[in-house]
Amino acid sequence: MTKVFIPRDSAALSVGADEVAAKIIKIAAKQGLDVTVVRTGSRGMLFLEPLMEVETAAGRIGYANVTPEMVEDLLAAGALSGASHASTIGQVESHEYFARQNRITFARVGIIDPISITDYEAHGGLAGLRNALAKTPESIVEEVTESGLRGRGGAGFPAGIKWKTVLLATSDQKYICCNADEGDSGTFADRMLMEGDPFTLIEGMIIAGIAVGATKGLIYVRSEYPHAISIFNEAIAVANSSGLLGSSVLGSAHEFNLEVRVGAGSYVCGEETAMLESLEGKRGMVRAKPPIPALVGLFGKPTVINNVMTLAAVPMILAQGAAAYQSLGHERSRGTQVFQLAGNIKQGGIVELAFGTTLGELVDGFGGGTLSGRPVKTVQIGGPLGAYLGKSDWNVPMAYESLAEVGGMLGHGGIVVFDDTVNMAKQARFAMEFCAEESCGKCTPCRIGSTRGVEVIDRIVAGEEQSKNLELLSDLCDVMADGSLCAMGGLTPLPVRSALKLFPADFGISVGVK
Amino acid sequence: MSNYSEESILNYLGPYKGDTSTILRSLQLIQELLGYVPDSALDLVAKNSGVSRAEVYGVFTFYSDFRSTPPAKAVVKVCVAEACQASGNAELISGLHDHGYDIHNGSVKDDIQMEQTFCLGNCALGPSVMVNGAPMGRATCDKVLAAAKAASV
Repeated sequence: MTKVFIPRDSAALSVGADEVAAKIIKIAAKQGLDVTVVRTGSRGMLFLEPLMEVETAAGRIGYANVTPEMVEDLLAAGALSGASHASTIGQVESHEYFARQNRITFARVGIIDPISITDYEAHGGLAGLRNALAKTPESIVEEVTESGLRGRGGAGFPAGIKWKTVLLATSDQKYICCNADEGDSGTFADRMLMEGDPFTLIEGMIIAGIAVGATKGLIYVRSEYPHAISIFNEAIAVANSSGLLGSSVLGSAHEFNLEVRVGAGSYVCGEETAMLESLEGKRGMVRAKPPIPALVGLFGKPTVINNVMTLAAVPMILAQGAAAYQSLGHERSRGTQVFQLAGNIKQGGIVELAFGTTLGELVDGFGGGTLSGRPVKTVQIGGPLGAYLGKSDWNVPMAYESLAEVGGMLGHGGIVVFDDTVNMAKQARFAMEFCAEESCGKCTPCRIGSTRGVEVIDRIVAGEEQSKNLELLSDLCDVMADGSLCAMGGLTPLPVRSALKLFPADFGISVGVK
Repeated sequence: MSNYSEESILNYLGPYKGDTSTILRSLQLIQELLGYVPDSALDLVAKNSGVSRAEVYGVFTFYSDFRSTPPAKAVVKVCVAEACQASGNAELISGLHDHGYDIHNGSVKDDIQMEQTFCLGNCALGPSVMVNGAPMGRATCDKVLAAAKAASV
């Protein structure tokens, strides 16, 4: 029997993976070939999708950009024994895009059947949880603190400190809330992990629950991710029936239950306090802090809120120890970051590397430059609220502090590449427009400032009293940055100001802007 | 509420009875069942969850997923966020516009509704589109129209 692997990741589906899988099954049946098609996650080399892999004695051999029309030809050429073909990329794991990475959080994505717990264990899964079950809550928190793990949602707050606050809080009920409201354009790592290796996230949430004394976990997934939702729900059902979740986690005295909650098309619900409101069934209005959610969170109870990537890093930390994770990284950014290469890029996808790699290495080295073949003009890192950076930033180490030093923000690690046809005044205007569209409306700087921002940018571009309006825009950006309740209004000035600073000519301004 | 009676909706909402934290989920459930949330359903949710109609209306209008009228047979969501802008969605959007679809206003024609969305999480293979929940990468105007047409039959 030959095993053929085809992703069920929604990016792969978007370019025809289902049709390819169906065609293989159909032809194999017709020709009496002994083939099993296994649906996996994606390796993250999205430019190669649909990527078909065949298990051979020499490892998994890949065939890239397969179409249903190609399948018959591929099988006739001997693809089932890994034979050479125009579309072959050879051993998938030796592919330079893949081999140069340091896959930790994404170690199993694209390799295993996402809802097979047997596959998961065979590839190192549950080792972290087993170690955690033998530890005291305090020493689990200690391990996570020592690993240097910081929140991957954008803020970069040390996970161990957050967990300790919840552990020390006294309450009849505590919660673990996973923020899977991955709304930033250019980011898709959370989705790919949920679709490709959901048990890693489930394991991370259980460990968090044991560490802080929470018996209930909720994962808030955006409605734009129907495939992630359904795969994750399948995984929860498997976890329930196999004793991973429930009243006795792996036969221990610990209880942990997990539930998926679906968003309803609101970007601001990715902000942690708005997410809590939404989880409570209400409008996603941002809450003022303090009190912090670690003490007064979901339904007023102490709550750990972490991003998917943060929680998914935890099983490895518990399995291999804090030191192994801590040994990777750059200055105060420890471990790996799952970078996402997006937009106008030749080789887009997932690149997991230790912090400290450069922007140039990611965009040119891995990404191969733009898809259009034109020069890169700018990249936006960290989603709609992240700054635009230029070629002058190509050698900046990709880490929280070093990016902040050049006015950037790592955010969730998404990098959107633009070629030289982009007009940056339009991008700045869009940043304000998006803020106006998605603002929850609770605070004035965000709700009204964003609309005024669109108008002021329009006046600048139209050449109306430019210096006066530039001053006004700068003042408006200060008010939004200093006076907004959350990052929605607070960070919208970042893309606006960086676009203006780097490319004043796009705004019709001849002199430099401070 | 053509195919569903008030009673059957309340029956579906049964597990949420008296729980004020279930407003959002109740509305989602109704939209899943009917494809939209009729005005009269807001009262049912209020009654069932034990909150005021105003509270339910507030939630209903906050989230962009909810519809107050039945959807077209094919619902096409076109991503307008940065990564898709960078990969040339302007051409796609203007192409659709030439065919009578203004995605910014969710216009409907021939039982096909085209609407804008901010990010479908397929940012390396843009322009990104979803047709009745099925993802499409590297979308072109022709591909989108063909898929929408097939989904509208």
